[in-house]
Amino acid sequence: MTFLQIIFLLFAAVILGSALMVVTTRNMIHAALWLIAALFGVAAVYALLNAGFLAVVQVVVYIGAIAILFIFAVMLTRREMRDKGPQLNKNWWMAALISVVTFGGLFGLLSNWAGFSKTAAEIPAGLDAVEQLGIALVSPDAYVLPFEVASILLLAALIGAVYVAFNKE
Amino acid sequence: MTFWTDPINFVADWLMGVFTGWGMAEGLAGVLIALIGIFALVTFAMLLDILLVWVERKVVARFQDRLGPNRVGPFGIFQPFADIVKLLIKEDITPIGADKIIYNLAPIFSLMSVLLLWAILPFAPKIFGVDLNVGLLYIVAAGAIGTLSIIMAGWASNNKYALMGAFRTVAQMISYEIPMVVALLIPTLLAGTMGVNGIVESQGIWFVVLSPLGALIFVISAIAELGRSPFDLNEAESEIVAGFHIEYTGMKFGLFYAGELLHAFTFGGFISVLFFGGYRFFGLENFGPIVAAVIFLLKALFFYWVIMWVKYTVPRVRIDHMLAFNWKFLTPLAFVLLMVTALVSKLLAGASAGWHAAGLFLANVVVGWLTIEILKAHARRQREREETPAQPAVQAAQH
Repeated sequence: MTFLQIIFLLFAAVILGSALMVVTTRNMIHAALWLIAALFGVAAVYALLNAGFLAVVQVVVYIGAIAILFIFAVMLTRREMRDKGPQLNKNWWMAALISVVTFGGLFGLLSNWAGFSKTAAEIPAGLDAVEQLGIALVSPDAYVLPFEVASILLLAALIGAVYVAFNKE
Repeated sequence: MTFWTDPINFVADWLMGVFTGWGMAEGLAGVLIALIGIFALVTFAMLLDILLVWVERKVVARFQDRLGPNRVGPFGIFQPFADIVKLLIKEDITPIGADKIIYNLAPIFSLMSVLLLWAILPFAPKIFGVDLNVGLLYIVAAGAIGTLSIIMAGWASNNKYALMGAFRTVAQMISYEIPMVVALLIPTLLAGTMGVNGIVESQGIWFVVLSPLGALIFVISAIAELGRSPFDLNEAESEIVAGFHIEYTGMKFGLFYAGELLHAFTFGGFISVLFFGGYRFFGLENFGPIVAAVIFLLKALFFYWVIMWVKYTVPRVRIDHMLAFNWKFLTPLAFVLLMVTALVSKLLAGASAGWHAAGLFLANVVVGWLTIEILKAHARRQREREETPAQPAVQAAQH
């Protein structure tokens, strides 16, 4: 087992453990903080896969913006930070069954896939992944259309938010 | 390769030789050397931090026409050590109802968010932690962890004032992140890379000449990100006592304080890296990495002084002014400047470096002049509206 594999297993354990804590903890703020831990673990996995750009964007977007807005909303809206109701309802075994079946199915599918046991190809020296990504996002042969559609969607959402919040008085 | 041309790799190779000589596997030795490097960098940062406490206290004293610390050692330079001893032997109080784990984690995260930035600071051509090709985004990401630490501190303290401070911080940091990111995009655009080393190397002409307005926007949003006066609303003493760190005592408060000083110094370093040529100083950096590192540290100290200068001369702004200034002035200006810079830089792509710089400088002057004209027109309209007599509708309502 290489050093990288040990680190990967460590972070995988952190992600799974924190994700479990998000749904089991009764304190809303703790749930949000465990979510941040899980998202941070995902960023670390991206970094292990040589996707530095994605790792940093993961931290900026998910931890810097979304998770902090979560915490903000929870702190502003809930007087009582504790969830008192039962955490399971009578359908819990259905949910457990579906997740086990899904996990088993995916695991079976992936273990038969040839790419599962391959090691990643070496990235050639001098290749700037960020530059390649940037070119791909604005190149007509690659992803310019999805990129622009996403931009227009976000712009529409922004204008909509301003319109909803706008006070005519 | 000698110590004087490439000190870090020289020491690393020497250590590698020593460790493998002891019969250690090469992979393990590499990890160990990386850990030693991190430890050395953090230790250097923290030692510098002790000095910064003295610098800050001395400078603020001068701004306020006082002498500052002058009892312990020459010029009071050992005062920080006395401070540390005092902080260490203070009673460590955890308020009732505080969320203990989060309460104790918050100061650690606060200092961590600053030390993370040191990983990418380019001290000299060959002295840096790591040359990240997404360096500028990394700065923003580390800032996100700083925001998180303040929320954690404010919430876990179980104190209304602390929570108010945390709310203010979030509003401020999320707002000022936008002009800051846009201002960061300007050096990215001019250098063609997000890596800080690449940005320094491409500054044959300092970027402050190519984009003085961009530098100004970055300095303002950096001060807001640091939460220093005039943007120190998150710890406004006269309104919310001390804000998010109100309940912290002893060394836990010390960590927040040390983090703040080091953060200001680090941003001084980034101002110099992004707009003032980093370790470059008219060819003086060619005398070797040590000289370059000294140049860089002096520049960082200078901009740290500028941040202190602003802090101790400008009074705190009100929260609605702070937000209005960001959303109605700084953000639109930053976006316009980015578009103008991109356009002019593309139009002059074929021209020589001198013409390129002159064109960009001129574009900045035009944008600045237009901004001032728009502000003047806006102020005039507002004044005229206030000078006209009260509206008839209001009088009717009074009757």
